[in-house]
Amino acid sequence: MDPIIQTTNQAVDPVFKFIIGICILLFIVISTVMLVFTFRYHRSRSPKPTSVADGNIWLEILWTFIPTLLVMAMFYYGWAGYLALRNVPGNALEVTATARMWSWSFSYPNAKTSRKMYVPAGRPILVNLVSQDVIHGFYIPAFRVKRDVVPGMKNHVWFIAPQKGSYDLFCSVYCGTEHSKMLATVEAVSEQEFNDWLNQVESHHEKISGRKLLETLGCLGCHSLDGTAGVGPTFKGLWGSKQIVLTNGKERSVIVDEEYVRRSILDPKADIVKGYQPIMPVNSDLRENEIEELVEFIQEIGGHSK
Amino acid sequence: MNSSNHPTLPLTSFWNDTGKCGVSAWVFSTDHKRIGLLYLYSVLISFLVAVLIGLLLKIELMAPGRTIMGPVTYNALFTVHGVLMIFLFIIPGFPGVFGNLVMPIQIGASDVAFPRLNLLSWWLYITGALTIVLSLFTGGGPPDTGWTFYVPFSVRTGTNVSLAVIGVFIVGFSSILTGINFVTTIHRLRADGMAWGRLPLFVWSIYATAWIQILATPVLGITLLLVVAERLLGTGLFDPSRGGDPIMFQHLFWIYSHPAVYIMILPGMGIVSEIFPVFARKPIFGYKMIAFSSLAIAGAGSLVWAHHMFTSGISDMAVLVFSFLTFVVAIPSAIKVFNWVSTLYKGSISLEAPMLFALSFIMLFSIGGLTGLVQGAAATNIHIHDTQFVVGHFHYVIFGGAGFAFFSAMHYWLPKFFGRTYSEKPAMISWGLMFAGFNLTYFPMIILGMKGMPRRYYDYLPEFAPLNLISTIGSWILAAGLAIMMINLFMGLLKGRPFGSNPWGGATLEWTTPSPPPTENFDEEPVVTHGPYDFNRAGVP
Repeated sequence: MDPIIQTTNQAVDPVFKFIIGICILLFIVISTVMLVFTFRYHRSRSPKPTSVADGNIWLEILWTFIPTLLVMAMFYYGWAGYLALRNVPGNALEVTATARMWSWSFSYPNAKTSRKMYVPAGRPILVNLVSQDVIHGFYIPAFRVKRDVVPGMKNHVWFIAPQKGSYDLFCSVYCGTEHSKMLATVEAVSEQEFNDWLNQVESHHEKISGRKLLETLGCLGCHSLDGTAGVGPTFKGLWGSKQIVLTNGKERSVIVDEEYVRRSILDPKADIVKGYQPIMPVNSDLRENEIEELVEFIQEIGGHSK
Repeated sequence: MNSSNHPTLPLTSFWNDTGKCGVSAWVFSTDHKRIGLLYLYSVLISFLVAVLIGLLLKIELMAPGRTIMGPVTYNALFTVHGVLMIFLFIIPGFPGVFGNLVMPIQIGASDVAFPRLNLLSWWLYITGALTIVLSLFTGGGPPDTGWTFYVPFSVRTGTNVSLAVIGVFIVGFSSILTGINFVTTIHRLRADGMAWGRLPLFVWSIYATAWIQILATPVLGITLLLVVAERLLGTGLFDPSRGGDPIMFQHLFWIYSHPAVYIMILPGMGIVSEIFPVFARKPIFGYKMIAFSSLAIAGAGSLVWAHHMFTSGISDMAVLVFSFLTFVVAIPSAIKVFNWVSTLYKGSISLEAPMLFALSFIMLFSIGGLTGLVQGAAATNIHIHDTQFVVGHFHYVIFGGAGFAFFSAMHYWLPKFFGRTYSEKPAMISWGLMFAGFNLTYFPMIILGMKGMPRRYYDYLPEFAPLNLISTIGSWILAAGLAIMMINLFMGLLKGRPFGSNPWGGATLEWTTPSPPPTENFDEEPVVTHGPYDFNRAGVP
């Protein structure tokens, strides 16, 4: 509709200025009048009330009418700005943001995926939002955009990064233990740099290392590699160790081996290590060779050594 | 419970004139005043526990990273803080405490319409409250969903959500029964001459509140039962992979929970409308507009729920309609503020504790209401939704508004029922500390939200640290003021100097009966001959 594409900031910031400006003015007027009355008509200066006025129809009309005008103006500007946030420019680059407890992953039209969201500065970006588990929120404060990521629902959001730089991306809808750790970075780079990055294809023959997989899948949000306590058990010293787990509500002890690790990845609720919550999401989209890599890596770093 | 005879107090009051004392004479009493005091003690216990939890949350947020607790504990504590404050303190607080204590006397009745139903309401409240407490220590431990219980998280989490929401469900019934009781009472039990145009504005506000309790609470009950069904039976109503819709839960939840914020704030507005005329010695300005605006808020406020969901994926048309209706609700609130301030004009104002709390209500509620406008506008809502801005706004409305009105009412009305009163000076000091501490605690949250810090955040980026530190320090000042206030108030109520029948010079009926009032409220049935703020004709110029 609008021939001149504006940034999302330009759609929102003037509305903020307009509304907050009026609000500050109203607050100053109300408090000043109240404080002046309280001072002037304090009992020490005004021992008896000098009026018994209990209403005035013209005043009531006046202070119904003026606020009505003001709030309707706020409503209108707010709505106009919102429409700009909803009208995606035609030439937008499409990126899919996939949210899960508690990490983000971004995939591009050429199937490239990344933990950071690389975008060309100055170009509209259309983000399709996909959730793998609960409701999350895609929020980039710097661009004034936010949209909930609802499982089973097609939501989208768009923005323009006006300048090159790194911007924070938060999860805005509370989603459990590590909600506040569910951050990502938006890297706005030049068109040239972006294209170079996008076309730099990771060889399919080259194996993705287990460590890289743990990072990209977000496993390390809960499971540490160095023995630090987390939401889930650490991987250090895990392999070959004896663990007490709850299986269908019954305690039993297991030795951590390939079968156990596989089951824990594919069906996390099957055995819950004692003392931990059954909150790990299911990883049904893993390929066989990726599972092999993960098991191998956990075995490698987790050699049970005493 | 102190039911011993005070030498300087009237020997016949509801504390002792039935000859019944001891615990059973209280927990099985059908006297609205005894039930009101039972509510007072129960909601204050919930409130103080929730305050302590709030302080722990603020200490955790004092600096980035772990300060005193881990994320699992933090998430459980902010959920419990919200559930206690909302479902066990501020929603039942006004109707349960001051609706019970004051409303029947203000309309010249000897009790509510259904005294035994009233007692049942309190018992349901206690049963629900104990169920919620039980949920914290059994099963998977305290719920970690936030007080909003959003699906699908609340269905997936292993914590004890089912029992907690059953507790809230039971408390909801208490609220519905109280609403029915109060509407009937106000319609049927008004004294001779108590025309609708002579109803005290507090009664009008309780009347509007009661209708919301009756009409909106059943929706919450159904919603919470559906969550339990989803968890225990796997009904799939909210699960998109089985044809359900998680957004439907949000609609159902807010159809109750938005009107519920008016259950929290309307009685507070009624209290301010009582206190301004008495302490300015002038009739309230715009009686009809204030009474009408309470009903308008209750009505229009039932139609704005989806403004909590502008980012959720609801249609643009829905955003248009709900943003518009949200601004419509702002108008009656503005009208009230202008009328309150005009009441002060050419009055004779005395700044005692109830009035100080009422005046600060205007300022804090104004900040709460004005920040609400920023959220009502669709474009700005997108940026600040689900951020600390919302947390700040909500506390300005519900703590700065409803909470300060509650404290104002405690100082104004409780001496009436105890027959003794507190010391003025500590009350003023506590007010000063609370007002300063309050703004230090919550104003930084508004700025943090503008800068983009999301809510329900256990940890945050270093750039948010300075404002969080200020907020934490503010919470200590606020808590110190609160502690002084509570100690001063209850020391005074139990051991302070006697409180006459009408020291404030009020013109409403509760000031025509002794302090504390007799069981039947009035020695002889009152006949009302003047309006609630007509000080000259009430003979208290």
